Amino acid sequence: MSRPRWFAVRQDLSPSRKRLLGMTAFLLPLLLWSIVSYVPFIWHPNIKVIDPGEVSWLRPGLQIPRADFAKEVATAQATGARVPTGERANPIYLPAPHSVARALYTAFTTKPVLRGDLWLHESLAMSLKTIFWGFILSSAIGVPLGILCGAFVSASRLTEPFVDFVRYMPAPAFGALMVAVLGIHLEPKVAIIVIGTFFQQVLVVANTVRKVDCSLIEAAQTLGAKRRQLVLRVLLPASLPDLYNDLRILLGWAWTYLIVAEVIGVSSGITFFINQQAKYRNFDNVYAAILIIGFIGLATDQILAWIGDRLFAWKNPRPSRVRTFVTRLFAGRDVLLFPDKPTA
Amino acid sequence: MVKTSDTLLDHLRPSPVVAARFAKIKERPVVLEIDRLGRQFPGEHGPITALRDISLQVHRRELVCVIGPSGCGKSTLIRIIAGLDDPTSGRMLVDGKETSGPCPERGMVFQGYTLFPWLTVKRNVMFGLQMAGRPASEAEREARQWIDLVGLSKFSDNYPHQLSGGMKQRVAIARALAPNPRVLLMDEPFGALDAQTRAQMQSHLLEIWRNVDVTILFITHDLDEAIFLADRIVVLKANPGEIQEIIEVPVPRPRSLDQVHSPEFQATRRRLDELIHPKLHTPAEHLPIIRLTQAGDDVE
Repeated sequence: MSRPRWFAVRQDLSPSRKRLLGMTAFLLPLLLWSIVSYVPFIWHPNIKVIDPGEVSWLRPGLQIPRADFAKEVATAQATGARVPTGERANPIYLPAPHSVARALYTAFTTKPVLRGDLWLHESLAMSLKTIFWGFILSSAIGVPLGILCGAFVSASRLTEPFVDFVRYMPAPAFGALMVAVLGIHLEPKVAIIVIGTFFQQVLVVANTVRKVDCSLIEAAQTLGAKRRQLVLRVLLPASLPDLYNDLRILLGWAWTYLIVAEVIGVSSGITFFINQQAKYRNFDNVYAAILIIGFIGLATDQILAWIGDRLFAWKNPRPSRVRTFVTRLFAGRDVLLFPDKPTA
Repeated sequence: MVKTSDTLLDHLRPSPVVAARFAKIKERPVVLEIDRLGRQFPGEHGPITALRDISLQVHRRELVCVIGPSGCGKSTLIRIIAGLDDPTSGRMLVDGKETSGPCPERGMVFQGYTLFPWLTVKRNVMFGLQMAGRPASEAEREARQWIDLVGLSKFSDNYPHQLSGGMKQRVAIARALAPNPRVLLMDEPFGALDAQTRAQMQSHLLEIWRNVDVTILFITHDLDEAIFLADRIVVLKANPGEIQEIIEVPVPRPRSLDQVHSPEFQATRRRLDELIHPKLHTPAEHLPIIRLTQAGDDVE
C-alpha cells in the first residue's frame, strides 16, 4: 500500500489534509502580509520622518519615498545642515496585521466624525437591511419564474431571451434612473440589488430545474401524476437542494451589488463607512470593515450550508456535526458548490 | 448430454401439461392488445423506421418477454406502450379500449430504478396512490402491504440512497404495482444488477406475480432470463424492428433454477440463439489487421 499522494489527478484527499490545506489557505496570505509588514528590509518603500533636521518642508511623522529622502539627506550633507533622520515604513494604505486586528474592535468604538454620520454597527445594520430586502424581493419573483421556465419550454422561450438581454446590462447603469424614480434613500439601493440578482436568478434557477433527471418525470407520469403534480411533487422537490445552493451563491452575488448600490443616492451603510474612514486615512478601519464583510459572508454561507445539509438529509448520509462543520469551513469551495459529494 | 440439434429442438413442442396451460391462458380475456404499431424517427436521409407492424395480444396474467438484438426497438416499444412515446401508426388497446399517453393502468419499472430520492421507501410506494387521490392514511396502509410483499418492511423508512440495487428495484416494483395496474411494463429492470442478485430478483418477481393479478410485459436482452420468466417470448429483429417469431416457452411451471439444464430449456435457448445471433453459427472471418494473441506455447 503506497502512501496517498498530495498531487494525484482528481483523487480525493483525507479530511485531515483538507483541513490542513484549508487553514493554510488563510494562513499563507496572513504570513505574507506579516512578512511585508514586520520585516523592515522587505519592501517598506517610504521613510517615515522622525527628526526633520534642517530641511524646512519635512515634519515628524511625514512619509516620503526613500529616493526623495535620500536626496534631502544628500543636499543637507552637502550644505552642512543638520541631517534629517527617519525609519523605513510601508505606505499608510498598508497597515500592519496587528493594527487591523485592533481596528476590528476599535472600528466599532470610533466616533463618527460628523454629526449625523453612523457608527460602524449602525452602518452594518443598514447594509444588512438593504441586502435582505433586495434579495427577498428578487427571490420572491425570480425563483417561481425560474421554476416555471425550467418546467415549461414555452415559459422559458417567452422570458429567457429578454432576461438574457437585460442580464448583460450592468446593474449600476440603472443607478441614476432608480434614484430619479425611487428617491435617494433605501429604495433605489434595494432596486439595484434586485436588478443585479433577479435576472441571473431566473436563468440559474431555470437551469437547475432543467437538470432534474427526465426519467423521474416519466416515472411519475406512469404513476398517474398530471402537469401540476409533476411540477410541485417531482420537479420542485428534486431540484430543491440545488436551488438552495443556487440561492447561497446568488446571495454572495448580492453582496457585490450592495457596494455599488450603497454609493448611489445618499451614500450609506458599510460602503459609506469605508469611504469616510478612507477619507480620514484610517486605513486600519477600512481593512477591518472589509474583513467584517468577509466574515459575515462566510458565516452566513456556512450556516446556510449547515442548515441545508440537515434539510436535505436524503442527499447525504448524516455526518457528525461539529466535525463536518470544521471540515467544511476549511475544505474550500468544492464542498460549498458541490455539497452532494461525500464530505468525509 | 450429447444430442443433435434436431432432436434437441423436438423439445420445443410443449408437453401435454404445458400445452393445456397455454390453452387455458388463451381463453382468458386479452388485457393488452397492440395492433400494427409503427414508429418512425426523422433522420438525415428520410425517416428511420424503428418499429413496423408490431401486433401482439397479451392475455390476463400472462408474462410475456420481449427480446431482440440491441437497436431492435424494444425500448421504443415499451415506451410507446407506457405512453411515454407516441406511435406513428397503429393503435393500442387495454381491456379492449383504445388508449394513449401515460396512465397508471400501465405501470412501469425502469432499468435505472428512478425512485424519488427525496422520499422514503414508504412514500415512494405511496406516490401513485396519492396521485390517484387516495387519503394519506389509506395509502400508507396499502403501501405497507406492498412493501411487505417485496420483503422490505424493515426498510420502509429508509431513503433510496441507503438501499442496494436489488432493493431499489424491489421498491420500484412495489411502487409500480401499488396503483393496481392492468399491465406491468418492465424495461430491462435487472440489467444493472450483478448476476447473483439478478437470479434472486427473477425468482422474486415470479413469486410476486403468482400472488398478484397483473399481466407483465418484460423486456430483456438476456435469453436465459426471458426463458426463465416468460410464458411467451416475442423475438424482435432489427432494421426495421419487426416481430420475428413468438415462442411459447415449453418449460413447465413453477419454474426453478434447476430447470436451466432441462432439455426444454436448452431447446428454447438454442432456438433463441439461432434467431438472435444467426452470424454466430457461421464461422467468423477475422480482418487481417487483428493480431491474434500467441503465448508461444501450444496451449489453446
